[in-house]
Amino acid sequence: MAAVAPLLATQALSKHFGGLAAVREVSLEIQPGEIRAIIGPNGAGKTTLVGMICGRHVPSSGRIIYRGSEITALRPWQRLRLGIAYTFQVTSIYKGLTCYENVALPAQRALMRGFVSRLVPGETAVAQRVRAALDAVGLADLAGQRADELAYGHQRLLELAMALATGPQLLILDEPTQGLAEGEIAALCALLRRVAEQATVLLIEHNMQVVLALARRVTVMDAGEILAEGTPAEIERDPAVQKAYLGR
Amino acid sequence: MSAGRRILALHLGVLAALLVLQFALPPYHHTNVARILVLAGYAIGYNVLLGYTGLMSLGHAMFFAAGMYGAGLPVYYFGVGAPLAFALGLASGIGLALVFGLMALRTSGPSFLIVSLMFGQALFLTLLYFNDVTLGDQGFILSAKLAPLELGGRPLGFHEPGVKYNVALAIFAACLAAALALRLSALGRVLIGIRENEERTRLLGYDSFRYKLVALGVSGALASAAGAGYALLFSYVGATFASILFSIYPLLWTLLGGVGTVLGPLLGTALMFYLVDTVSGVTSSYLLFVGAALVALVLWFPQGILGTVRSRWLPWLP
Ligand SMILES: Nc1ncnc2c1ncn2[C@@H]1O[C@H](COP(=O)(O)OP(=O)(O)O)[C@@H](O)[C@H]1O
Ligand SMILES: [Mg+2]
Repeated sequence: MAAVAPLLATQALSKHFGGLAAVREVSLEIQPGEIRAIIGPNGAGKTTLVGMICGRHVPSSGRIIYRGSEITALRPWQRLRLGIAYTFQVTSIYKGLTCYENVALPAQRALMRGFVSRLVPGETAVAQRVRAALDAVGLADLAGQRADELAYGHQRLLELAMALATGPQLLILDEPTQGLAEGEIAALCALLRRVAEQATVLLIEHNMQVVLALARRVTVMDAGEILAEGTPAEIERDPAVQKAYLGR
Repeated sequence: MSAGRRILALHLGVLAALLVLQFALPPYHHTNVARILVLAGYAIGYNVLLGYTGLMSLGHAMFFAAGMYGAGLPVYYFGVGAPLAFALGLASGIGLALVFGLMALRTSGPSFLIVSLMFGQALFLTLLYFNDVTLGDQGFILSAKLAPLELGGRPLGFHEPGVKYNVALAIFAACLAAALALRLSALGRVLIGIRENEERTRLLGYDSFRYKLVALGVSGALASAAGAGYALLFSYVGATFASILFSIYPLLWTLLGGVGTVLGPLLGTALMFYLVDTVSGVTSSYLLFVGAALVALVLWFPQGILGTVRSRWLPWLP
């Protein structure tokens, strides 16, 4: 591989929940601009791993390096301000608020630079940003709708719009196609390809079609550890992966 | 009309109506409404925390009392004038809110409720313990010590009904304006985000602790402004205003009027004031009534009056 400085690196990152080692000494490097997929059976530790990267979980040990600096001890909001955005596996939106307000919160945050705009980020600028994000995921017409009245697939797209509105450099998506219909999945893949022109994407995904269509490299996790890593073709050939995960 | 103008017109209209109301009210109700306006300012402050931020406190009387004693003691002991006394009351409330927040906001949900209750009780007991200084037990009267305000050479004594009413209205208007501005600001949006889904809000780049501290500061400021105003206007300072009952009242007023609505606290305060007034004329066990009302609201009418109006008919209502 070319020796570009990685955008993100984890070094021997571990997380224990009580006696359970959910993630064990995972070392991973993500290059700028790539779409990386993480696959692996349920309970492999994928969500926990990205949870440590975005700041939801405090690692038990190990380090996280982002753009050359250590961010292991940074709080979640500080990581977002560095450009790390995360969409939850279990949708986490503001159910009682409209789609507009859901996206306005991250949009406003992205516009809060400097003292004055921190207090009053102009509502027109916020509105523009909200519209752009809702447009990108195809929800512009539903801006005034309450989030809990949306269909499940639309709720997932809303969550993606929230992440996009932050203007992410590293976009972490936890099973974004879960619960989406065929057509919606195709549209999402097209969208992610467009997003990846400006951002690096770390994608946890069960749907192998999506993985093959999007990812240049795939990391396979099992029982908290990295089992294999390589191009989609290499992964499909890897005997250990076939045995443990693909089941053929 | 644009949404912003409609909102402005509604709130200015309410203030104008209150201004005119004083000329129509018979004396008994005149004083009552002045009292309601000050207490509604307290409820608005409470609502900033419960309604916008999602933090339920059972110790808010400590902020009301901080305003009351912060203003009342300097008048009583040093003959301080009303404007300075008011400022001192306000500063006491804000100071207490920030100190309390730095400790209590490490908790949330039921623990926050308990911690606020304990703090509130601690202040109440402190007022009683230092009875020699605070005269908390029996309370004290300010009227003899308080110099009248002056406007263009004419003295304005706080015992004059017109002065009482209009100062009360000014305090209420300031609280209302603060709450409305907060609600419509970027800050208000973040507070509502915290109320709806705190973890999400943190992951969207907001340090929720700081925002909650600001909300508590604003809430404490409004509550203590009301407390200071109450002491100066109604001339009495006593520890009863720091008791648990006085922490429950703003919760009740806010629930009745509509949690998280800007005008709800005024409506709730006015209705409950007259309900309690009526009930206590009939029976002395009005506390039982207060408790029953609280339970009924939480169980069957959680959105309150304006919350229901908003969700049924007026979605733009802030
Ligand atoms: N908050 C938590 N507390 C305790 N155990 C957890 C928690 N989150 C995840 N786990 C456990 O950690 C393991 C890995 O979970 P997870 O990271 O969600 O896996 P995946 O996303 O790959 O399905 C599972 O055994 C799960 O039960
Ligand atoms: Mg998972």
